[in-house]
Amino acid sequence: MLRLVNVNSYYGLVRVLKNVSMHVGQGETVTLIGANGAGKTTTLRTISGLHPVKEGRIYFQDRDITGWPAERLVELGIAHVPEGRQIFSPMSVHDNLELGGHLVYKHYGRKRLKSEIDQMLDLFPVLGQRRSQYAGTLSGGEQQMLAIAMALMSGPRMLLLDEPSMGLAPMIIRDIFARIARLQQERKLTVLLIEQNAKAALNISDRGYVMETGRILLEEEAGALLANPEVKRAYLGRDQREVWE
Amino acid sequence: MTYWNAQIECMDRETLSQVQLEGLQATLNRVYKNVRHYRKLFREIDFMPEDLTSLDMLQQLPLLTRRDLSRNYPYDMFAVPLREVVRLHTTAFNFEQPVVIGFTANDMANWAELTARNLAGIGVTREDVVQIALTFGIMSGPFGIQLGAEAIGASVIPISAGKLREQVKIMRDFKTSVLISTPTVALGLIDAMAELDMDPNGLTLKYGVFGAEPWGEKTRQEIESRLFISASDTYGLTEVFGPGVAWECPAKKGLHIAEDHFIAEVIDPATGEVLPPGEEGELVITTIGKEAFPLIRFRTGDLTRMDNTPCACGRTHCRISRIFKRCDDVLVVRGTSVTPDQIGRILARVSGEEPRFQMVVDREKNRDQLMVAIEATDTYFFDEMKKQRRFVEHLHRELSEFMGWEVNIRLVEPGTFDPYQKVLDNRRFE
Repeated sequence: MLRLVNVNSYYGLVRVLKNVSMHVGQGETVTLIGANGAGKTTTLRTISGLHPVKEGRIYFQDRDITGWPAERLVELGIAHVPEGRQIFSPMSVHDNLELGGHLVYKHYGRKRLKSEIDQMLDLFPVLGQRRSQYAGTLSGGEQQMLAIAMALMSGPRMLLLDEPSMGLAPMIIRDIFARIARLQQERKLTVLLIEQNAKAALNISDRGYVMETGRILLEEEAGALLANPEVKRAYLGRDQREVWE
Repeated sequence: MTYWNAQIECMDRETLSQVQLEGLQATLNRVYKNVRHYRKLFREIDFMPEDLTSLDMLQQLPLLTRRDLSRNYPYDMFAVPLREVVRLHTTAFNFEQPVVIGFTANDMANWAELTARNLAGIGVTREDVVQIALTFGIMSGPFGIQLGAEAIGASVIPISAGKLREQVKIMRDFKTSVLISTPTVALGLIDAMAELDMDPNGLTLKYGVFGAEPWGEKTRQEIESRLFISASDTYGLTEVFGPGVAWECPAKKGLHIAEDHFIAEVIDPATGEVLPPGEEGELVITTIGKEAFPLIRFRTGDLTRMDNTPCACGRTHCRISRIFKRCDDVLVVRGTSVTPDQIGRILARVSGEEPRFQMVVDREKNRDQLMVAIEATDTYFFDEMKKQRRFVEHLHRELSEFMGWEVNIRLVEPGTFDPYQKVLDNRRFE
């Protein structure tokens, strides 16, 4: 569904992505793991049109989308949930969802938008309970759910998730990942996920890529990466086991 | 048609190219970081792995030989620390130092997947009883088959090679349905059945997978008609897992290379130039999924032709023609690889100097026979008959022990053979 071929990206003169090639198949959940500064977020931002591609091509459903602006990619079905839960704090949960659904409104009108919002509130009942509350007053986990719900309001075929567990308590992380897995199955979504919490992410993934200083070093099935001693030592960490068990 | 992993085995070529590019880039990045040999090699040609943007660029990289691997004895070609290696094997080739091959847990899982594709592809299911009559030892062959058969859920008899009369009884009593062996052992089993007056028609055998030595269509016909089975070829080499690298599907029109794990090239052995499909040359393999022991452009020494045309079985992975010849002086006889260097060293050890000799291979009564003809010079010729006999017996014992089976010795007059032709292979496979 998504294919990156020799993608190079720069911050000024610094080459951040070095001939990155990867793919995510239809309905697959793929995790990109790596240390801070490996280029994970840049990869995601490059896919969703927020960061320019210097060389290489990006294909989505066999269409060359290299250099397409972010808003066109949203229309095409790629939704990006950025790091740090970028929601509109002074607006209510409901209004945030409305904003997320601007494409639904544009193409199908208000009635459809309302039905989509209702569906989203069913999917995340806690948001239903807080629909009139200012988004800024939600807990961290609730804000993350709102950010995902906003992205889903655009009716995407592919979801790009950047560190959905960041700053959240272990219990909440578990809940968020369970919901992502459910979403993926129920909505036949294709998901590309980047996570510091690699173990939790790989547990719900089909495959994973290991990235280091802008290069892909390893591509394997998620189970194999979870069992890989090198990956375990470098990215999974002993504390993760304690958190989960 | 049965597939073990239809999604991969029948993957469209475009996706397969993407998978190969990703695998190659990741492998090159990893070997550059973790293996000194490759780092040095790449620096010498001013190549940074991150600059590789197409599969064709692989051709710019130097070829890797068995001697390179041997020089890095024992662990210097490993791309992971030894503590992550769960299995060690060595190859049949014996240079100054052997080649040590390591497998991580994930390599073992991938190997099981590859041999399972081979076995499932020819029809093996969990209902089958698989008799593995390959020698279990330091070489990897039978272990890979065992992994694949167990992944399918079949019942495995790891009987090893030898004791053929006992084997046929087990074959009958255990209701073996799949035989895995060298063709020589298969023919030996047929002979053992005849000696025991056993009718192969009464067995439950359905399939046979044969490899580890060259065997032709005539041998296939003989095995198939006398054992009442479908016989297929499998190809692998210990440096690259072992079996599971390439294998014959039921169409039996060449062996499919598992292209999601390997990139295969066929080169002119003299110039190293990559040859187009259909032309005969040396098979070169690059691994794109191995963790512990990745190989970049490894020269197998085996001569074959590449076939990229679609196969009747529906698999999209390319095929290589059956392998009957080598481009070096390595002889594969009864599943054992041997070089003139090795034989020369043994002869020198026994007599104090290396004589002129020639290794002659013939196929007699369906069995490969190795005869070493030695020029009878003063060192090798004694006036006293008793002394002479003892000397020849000593040579015979040493060589037979080295090969693991009977080797014939013949002392010949000078000029009987061309001393520069160390190997004379009289077997005809095609």
